Amino acid sequence: MSTVPVPYRVLSSRPETPDCVSLTLAADGATLPAFAPGQFAMVYAFGVGEVPISVSVVGDGTVTFTVRAVGAVSAALCKLAPGETLGLRGPFGSGWNLDAADGSDVLVVAGGLGLAPLRPAVHRLLGRAARLAVLVGTRTPADLLFPGELAGWREQCRVEVTVDRPTPQWRGSVGVVTALLDRVAVGAETATALVCGPEVMMRHTADALHARGVPPGRVQLSLERNMRCGTGHCGHCQLGPLLLCRDGPVVDCAVSRQLLSVREL
Amino acid sequence: MTERQPQPLLDGLSAPHRARLLGLADDREFPADMRLFDEGGSANRFWLLRSGEVALDLHVPGRRPPVVETVGAGQLLGWSWLFPPYHWHLGARTLGPVSAWEFPAHRVRALCEAEPEFGLRLALHCAAVIAERLQAARLRLVDLYAPDGGGPP
Ligand SMILES: Cc1cc2nc3c(=O)[nH]c(=O)nc-3n(C[C@H](O)[C@H](O)[C@H](O)COP(=O)(O)OP(=O)(O)OC[C@H]3O[C@@H](n4cnc5c(N)ncnc54)[C@H](O)[C@@H]3O)c2cc1C
Ligand code: FES
Repeated sequence: MSTVPVPYRVLSSRPETPDCVSLTLAADGATLPAFAPGQFAMVYAFGVGEVPISVSVVGDGTVTFTVRAVGAVSAALCKLAPGETLGLRGPFGSGWNLDAADGSDVLVVAGGLGLAPLRPAVHRLLGRAARLAVLVGTRTPADLLFPGELAGWREQCRVEVTVDRPTPQWRGSVGVVTALLDRVAVGAETATALVCGPEVMMRHTADALHARGVPPGRVQLSLERNMRCGTGHCGHCQLGPLLLCRDGPVVDCAVSRQLLSVREL
Repeated sequence: MTERQPQPLLDGLSAPHRARLLGLADDREFPADMRLFDEGGSANRFWLLRSGEVALDLHVPGRRPPVVETVGAGQLLGWSWLFPPYHWHLGARTLGPVSAWEFPAHRVRALCEAEPEFGLRLALHCAAVIAERLQAARLRLVDLYAPDGGGPP
């Protein structure tokens, strides 16, 4: 893990949705250790600032981040062109515990941009999980990330997509992502669930999984708080007793569910 | 995933109650793009979907009916049959081929009255489904996936 930004060069910048871009990077000198699915980097847009971004693809000598332009730093990152450089620190945090998923039914539940941090986990699970279902909720059909890749996954596992606001052309599901849970059969007590999305969506999904008999200890959530150091020193990312840059961002629900219900912790 | 399509409503009933309910069902297959009912029509049936998907829509004059939600395999289609005046609140159209159990509402209501224990269980299950859909509709009032998570800080 590096605590000073290491230069990485943009190999490609691929628009995913109207406000999301995937940047594929390669080291421009020293290389960071390999990222595990669920881990994040502090990504530095030179002269603008640094933000935490989860790894979206772990490549061979490359790493991809999917960034949504929401403010100064993320917008600057989305504008980077191939050949330009940025700074990376990491890998930080605990990734998805994929060993816990070995041999069990696995439910991957993504909301919006939450599909990006789950994507490398799916890449690993496609060859490993006994049975895998990927459930995706998004705002509109145009906001769906990686539609081509989802089509490929569909040949190897169950993939269900639902949107909040359909267009007249949309022929798929409409509604919240938890409604898709009824459509897949899981061995509830032994299933593992990996969940990432807006916090309200994750709370609701965790409760829906619990109601269907999945134990909280088998539900992993990827949590977000503001981050600065990424190394467990500044306290910016505190959630109760946890420092999410170090003890998270992936935390199992037995630990996190209660903390998520406490206001202004 | 285990192969059997879960049926939360049926799975939540005891075996004898499940058998009583299924005893009233007809096996139905519907083609794609078929209208199953219209808003305001008589809610004299309901379905449990085994496969396929049904879009629930709203009548808006002069516009193609906007889809407000879809119901898929394992889910209950229709609950207006439970409450007077037994009129559909929404319309429904199949999105693709659908297979379902179809239940005649008056016979199920008669069974509920004749066997209060069965009636209570079924009504509680339907209430749970309705509560979950209400919660889902409320969640969708918030623009969850917006950059600010649906509200100002
Ligand atoms: C562990 C972790 C992993 C992340 N992974 C990704 C990722 O893979 N891709 C990605 O695009 N983003 C990811 N984020 C969120 C990203 O870090 C923020 O969007 C970014 O910090 C915003 O910085 P900014 O300067 O562009 O905008 P700011 O000016 O800081 O904020 C602009 C607006 O965005 C909102 N905002 C800021 N941070 C967040 C946030 N975390 N979630 C939702 N809204 C926010 C603010 O409230 C404000 O309205 C992750 C965050 C964490 C903690
Ligand atoms: S970001 Fe500084 S302690 Fe976590």
